[in-house]
Amino acid sequence: MSAISDIVNAVNSGASSVRTQVEAALARAKSAQQYHALLALTETRALERADEMDERRARGENLGTLAGVPFVVKDNYLAFGAPTTAAAKILENFNAPIQATVVERLEAEGAICIGKANLDAFAHGGSTENSAYGVTYNAHDRTKVAGGSSGGSAVVTALDVVPFALGSDTGGSIRQPASFNGVYGIKPTYGFTSRYGVVAMASSTDVMGCFAKSAGDVELIMKIIAGRDEKDMTTLPDYFVVQEESDLPLKIGLIRETMTDDVDPEVRSITEEYVECLTKAGHTVEEVSMPLAPLALAMYYIIVPAEVSSNLARYDGVRYGRRAEGVKTLAELYGRSRDEGFMTENKRRIMIGSYVLSSGFFDAYYLQAQKARTLLINQFNELFSQYDLLLTPTAPTPAFGVGDNVDDPVKMYLSDVMTVPASLAGIPALNIPAGVSHGGLPVGVQVIAPMREDAKLLAFAKAMEARS
Amino acid sequence: MSTITTDDVRHLAQLSNLQLTDEEIAHLQIDLGNILAYIDQLNALDTSGVEPTYQVTGLENVWRSDEVQTSDATRDVLLALAPEAVGNSVKVPQVL
Repeated sequence: MSAISDIVNAVNSGASSVRTQVEAALARAKSAQQYHALLALTETRALERADEMDERRARGENLGTLAGVPFVVKDNYLAFGAPTTAAAKILENFNAPIQATVVERLEAEGAICIGKANLDAFAHGGSTENSAYGVTYNAHDRTKVAGGSSGGSAVVTALDVVPFALGSDTGGSIRQPASFNGVYGIKPTYGFTSRYGVVAMASSTDVMGCFAKSAGDVELIMKIIAGRDEKDMTTLPDYFVVQEESDLPLKIGLIRETMTDDVDPEVRSITEEYVECLTKAGHTVEEVSMPLAPLALAMYYIIVPAEVSSNLARYDGVRYGRRAEGVKTLAELYGRSRDEGFMTENKRRIMIGSYVLSSGFFDAYYLQAQKARTLLINQFNELFSQYDLLLTPTAPTPAFGVGDNVDDPVKMYLSDVMTVPASLAGIPALNIPAGVSHGGLPVGVQVIAPMREDAKLLAFAKAMEARS
Repeated sequence: MSTITTDDVRHLAQLSNLQLTDEEIAHLQIDLGNILAYIDQLNALDTSGVEPTYQVTGLENVWRSDEVQTSDATRDVLLALAPEAVGNSVKVPQVL
């Protein structure tokens, strides 16, 4: 099953035109408006590109491996055709002067961006309720959250508006909404994808990835966006080679600390059912212990706010973005523009970051967290010396209700508890849709692979998908 | 360690260039206190003799050639993004 190949084949065979594909995707986006997954359609530019591609095809030109495939970007990717807001007021009118490397690579292969998806402002959040432009609702139940921060991208993928969508993942922002909406979502190895042209959140864990309905489609997109980019010096040398067959059998460790009584019973039982599927497929699954896993969230909420406070210092209302009116001095301009332009959660993270980095507290918080991070990575390395892959639920619950956690930041942070360990270690992890709760909400499992083993992870997911 | 006063919140707001309202300060005092209480649990972990990790892929300094590259983001394009610009300058209110 490949929704992407279906479109490419239809376009290349002449059975369909690029314009037909783009118009159909735009129509689907408009009929899904009640989910509020998109902040803007890039309709004019998308149709212009479609017509230009149809003309090129008429001349016999090759349109690329993604000929005519419509997609959506999370609105923290700099992309032409509509403002890039990061779902924050401070960037409400920001028309990006360049495009993200990842977007450029997809367009070079003939893909067409049709819209920009909602997110928690500056990707701070786990529900897409923290957007300056309104809440995004779950694709399966509009009384539930979409998850986040890449909630809009997950929802448009789940609703088949587009066959794939781009997200960014700093601590779970692709995997958790993928779980909540029942789609695949990957966070690759740190440095696998270029961050150039994406609004920075926490530079030591930010990675770009995608959502799709099948593991094969995720792999197809990752192959195109992967690799070295001179504009992001942390990108790794090209290493991603698609693995056609999965190794069998694999030894997989189920992390015990992610299956405690704190985790929703239905999430645990769906994870256990997935373990049975793995066993039937010939894999060996054993329970393993990762004692530091429960502490990873505390590390994360020190390290990431520290990086956030630094990365968000640039938004000051001077060179671009929204500027407060009626201010008399430069200091007032900075202070008021930032107060008016950021959401409460942005301010919390900036201030926690300022706190843990300030003299007197630096050693106790920031340095301690970075040392703890080393110990966490050591525990991953020990486990990967015995196991090929690790398994956890992706989130401790199915999608929660809209409004349930908005006034309690710590409760909201806990929805990232399963996903932050792989982010701190920089290793690849994938949400695989695994089941549905009695209330009809999707539940996913997270499969984690060693550093740079993205290809093995996807080959495994494809093989499991082929069996189901 | 994690008790946080309104003066602490005001100081952090100043460090962060945020001109908060009194109402925001009251809310943030509670929120930041709760967040700090949560992250404080890391203090119990023994990390003596452990090196911190700042970068996960073992990346070292990466060089590129020192060549001027052209960009579509020209001076005019960038100036057009500024809320206020005069000539080739971005305009701001008085500094002091």
